[in-house]
Amino acid sequence: MTDLTSLTLAEARDRLASRAISSRDLTAAHLAAIDRAKGLNAFVAVTAEKALAMADASDARLARGEGGPLEGLPIGVKDLYATEGVHTQACSHILDGFKPAYESTVTANLWRDGAVMLGKLNMDEFAMGSSNETSYYGPVASPWLPPNFSPTQARAALADKGKRGLMAPGGSSGGSSSAVAAHLCLAATASDTGGSIRQPAALTGIVGIKPTYGRCSRWGMVAFASSLDQAGPLARTVRDAAIMLRSMAGPDPKDSTCSPSPVPDYEASVGRSVKGLTIGVPKEYRLEGMNPEIEALWAKGAEWLRAAGATIVDVSLPNTRHALPAYYIVAPAEASSNLARYDGVRYGLREPASEIVDLYQKTRASGFGPEVRRRLMIGTYVLSAGYYDAYYLRAQKIRTLIKRDFEIAFGNGVDAILTPATPSPAFAIGAMASADPVEMYLNDVFTVTVNMAGLPGLVTPAGLSADGLPLGLQLIGRPFDEETLFALGEAIEQAAGRFSPPEAWWA
Amino acid sequence: MSVDLAAVRRIAHLARIGVSEAEIPHLQHEINAILAFVEALGEVDVEGVEPMTSVTPMRLPMRDDVVTDGEIAAKVLANAPLTEDGFFLVPKVIE
Amino acid sequence: MTVQTGNAKLLKGATGDWETVIGLEVHAQVTSRAKLFSGASTEFGGEPNTHVSLVDAAMPGMLPVINRECVAQAVRTGLALKAQINKRSTFDRKNYFYPDLPQGYQISQYKSPIVGEGEIQVDLTPDYAIRVGIERLHLEQDAGKSLHDQSPTMSFVDLNRSGVALMEIVSKPDLRSADEAKAYVGKLRTILRYIGSCDGDMEKGSLRADVNVSVRRPGEPLGTRCEIKNVNSIRFIGQAIDTEARRQIEIIEDGGTIQQETRLFDPARGETRSMRSKEEAHDYRYFPDPDLLPLELDGEWIDALAAFLPELPDAKKARLIADYGLSAYDAAVIVAERETADFFESAVNHGGAQRDAKAVANWLMGDLSAQANAQGVGVADAGLSAASLATLVDLICEGVISGKIAKDLLVMLLGPDRGADPRALVEARGLRQVTDTGAIDAAVGAVIAANPDKAEQARAKPGMLGWFVGQVMKATGGKANPQAVSDALKTRLGL
Ligand SMILES: [Mg+2]
Ligand SMILES: [Zn+2]
Repeated sequence: MTDLTSLTLAEARDRLASRAISSRDLTAAHLAAIDRAKGLNAFVAVTAEKALAMADASDARLARGEGGPLEGLPIGVKDLYATEGVHTQACSHILDGFKPAYESTVTANLWRDGAVMLGKLNMDEFAMGSSNETSYYGPVASPWLPPNFSPTQARAALADKGKRGLMAPGGSSGGSSSAVAAHLCLAATASDTGGSIRQPAALTGIVGIKPTYGRCSRWGMVAFASSLDQAGPLARTVRDAAIMLRSMAGPDPKDSTCSPSPVPDYEASVGRSVKGLTIGVPKEYRLEGMNPEIEALWAKGAEWLRAAGATIVDVSLPNTRHALPAYYIVAPAEASSNLARYDGVRYGLREPASEIVDLYQKTRASGFGPEVRRRLMIGTYVLSAGYYDAYYLRAQKIRTLIKRDFEIAFGNGVDAILTPATPSPAFAIGAMASADPVEMYLNDVFTVTVNMAGLPGLVTPAGLSADGLPLGLQLIGRPFDEETLFALGEAIEQAAGRFSPPEAWWA
Repeated sequence: MSVDLAAVRRIAHLARIGVSEAEIPHLQHEINAILAFVEALGEVDVEGVEPMTSVTPMRLPMRDDVVTDGEIAAKVLANAPLTEDGFFLVPKVIE
Repeated sequence: MTVQTGNAKLLKGATGDWETVIGLEVHAQVTSRAKLFSGASTEFGGEPNTHVSLVDAAMPGMLPVINRECVAQAVRTGLALKAQINKRSTFDRKNYFYPDLPQGYQISQYKSPIVGEGEIQVDLTPDYAIRVGIERLHLEQDAGKSLHDQSPTMSFVDLNRSGVALMEIVSKPDLRSADEAKAYVGKLRTILRYIGSCDGDMEKGSLRADVNVSVRRPGEPLGTRCEIKNVNSIRFIGQAIDTEARRQIEIIEDGGTIQQETRLFDPARGETRSMRSKEEAHDYRYFPDPDLLPLELDGEWIDALAAFLPELPDAKKARLIADYGLSAYDAAVIVAERETADFFESAVNHGGAQRDAKAVANWLMGDLSAQANAQGVGVADAGLSAASLATLVDLICEGVISGKIAKDLLVMLLGPDRGADPRALVEARGLRQVTDTGAIDAAVGAVIAANPDKAEQARAKPGMLGWFVGQVMKATGGKANPQAVSDALKTRLGL
């Protein structure tokens, strides 16, 4: 970590504005860090030349006093976002060689505001996973050291493609979380369908927010489950996340589900007093056999907010326990349809075949990894004739109930809800290899309700486990009230401090 | 509910994912594990509950009837595995 | 006029009478500039994959945004079909794999269509009509096109049609013969063309029908139906129904049963055949499209669309009968195309004065229609303005020209003298009919003098008079007033 890569996004922004540093130097420092950190496997494509050209253009604008809100700030982009002429494959084999002729709205917004693209970040294939192990490009290692590993041991494990024994950075935005935590970029785009921003944030000790459904455009973001997918940032501080989200979000006439309402200045809410806010603590999140460290952290979080002037109340979200099973019907169902376009006809992989059905079957069998294939099959099944009502329709009704629970809580005067982010700290890569797929799915147990109800959810680091691994807390807000989450998130950040992985052992 | 081997074959075919006979029992096991996980939803009382059609309270926006796109055949075809004379090519489809 | 539903037209089988039951799913291309969910052009033809956006090609991350005009066209059509307009409807995905279906699903309306039940009155004869129920109308996307004859091993895929808006108009099974089905499609086409929601151009595929056919013994419950896909002309719809009904009757009479299936009509062989490839694993896994919210319509918006709806064919026909004294038959022919009806009315009312509507109708349906047919255009586009037709009728009425001369005049006006003023043309060419009795009398005298024997016969057989009229007309170059000639002949011959 050099001086330039140790800056937060806000600090770098201010120094660029005062011309104390240049975007070229800042960008070059991050490119060098990426180069040294190849072993983490966080980036699947580095666009060094493009980054430096963008940095030079930013420097020129800054010199003229014309810089945008993110002018000259180097960031990473999850491989899920279409970036014109650049590797965009959602880390799937089936999109081999795909280079879109278009730029996603979210990334276009970032470039409009002056950000510099360092490259594309690893992720679970089509964002399906919670550990980044389903990527066609291999797993990503977290910069956090496994409890029982010395830096030397860890470096040895890094050289291995399987990265076994190293900590998973969470998923599906594992490349993003690892890169941000390891200071390879100032911030990164991520996406969250069931927890894919918040769970990796929690497991790598950084901040992530999934905004309200419809706050960011989905145009140009490879779809997983359309009614749940939302873009959002990963950053090292609440303020940085606020700055990023303000640029990423906004109305887009190309996305029918994108909100037309203007984006507030989220950064202005960072540091705002939380005095007088009412924070709900839902009893249904207290799971049987819950990790005591997580439970203690949760209580501590409530205490910090109380100390900051908020009122803590108990709330009930009775349908919470149905959220995860319902999610595992809705998300695969939508995915089975969204991923039908990967058929070997217009782009990506195509396996040779002399007959069309054979072409589809061979291409999709070899192009999709096992987790994606499994979810596509589940999704196909729950939509098929005779099962639709029992599964999909019922799950959508349960979604209404889940949303109603939150509406009642907010209707009773609760401003935000505080919950744990994950049921446990990070686990090692390969640890779940022999487990049932359902065990991995349980990672999203606290985050998935938020997607089901379309609400904003922010995860901020709040402490370390006994093993020295980061733990996070989640704040859930009213629709389009991300500002309250930033204010509360910063209050926790102030109380808990920030958490950095051990000195760059991976470099 | 659970699926049998024939159902696994049928689902794979509907999803156009080639599976070997050897893979089917394993897939069946995994699918059934997930179905068992979601089984509990069957007991939720959803009587009179509207299924969610959109999570946002928005109205569907409509655009004007103006030609604003297209005429970009090169971009449309740029990533295609096989083309000829501006067409996408696929193995012959027998009607 | 008698109006009823489902009048039995029975087919004779070897073992007795059979009733055919038909329901139609008509796919009508919505008239719009841009596609249903993308900004690409709907223009017909063009180089392959040119009228295609990244949305139509289903690139990763592309999303649909609906075209307001396509929604308006569906609502207009619903109103014209006297149908229920649903203020809330939803879009569903119909999932299946096919190379010309880039998304792997078609966006359609399955559960809640934009238009519900309605009906169409279909005239079968001038004074006999049936009512055909409309089950629903929904909006959906068209697919692209696969060409299978370009290569022995490959199919060629063009996505120019991909995403063009279609209205699927589903009838109730109220039709009982090929003739009824043909008349229904014709009437539906007329209505769509009146309101401008579909151009009805069957050659370009703007109107195609899936035809559901079953047979039963009169009075028995419905039989098993077969769906004949994508029939693209009214004539073929009729042939397909007859062929399919005969096939089903034969099977049942031979002791067999009908398999519910999708079939294809082959006009060259005059047979329908099973499309087994499309049949396998029919499970479309419909579910609401999560990229689109429910479509909600304002009552005011619907009212505004209703207010701007043109007069529809049934109303126009009734008015032409009432206001102009046309026969039901003439009125039906004239209202079949809105342009023809407009042409008729402006000709009748040209210059402010109403002229002989029957005479205008006769010209329009007779000589002008024949000439237009020969040119392959509608009467309004044959090259004669409504004003000129009015003048032509006036000239006859005023006795300036005879009907015979008028026919010649029409040919000139559509040919060498296109665009000329008929009245001026009559003067310039000296076509005015001779009404001067002196001149006519002289010509009559000359013809009688030249044919004394025939004159003798005519005195005994007045039927010969016509021959003399013809001779005199010939002698005067057709310009003599035939009535005056006849009168003069009668006087001279003492009839
Ligand atoms: Mg059909
Ligand atoms: Zn259809």
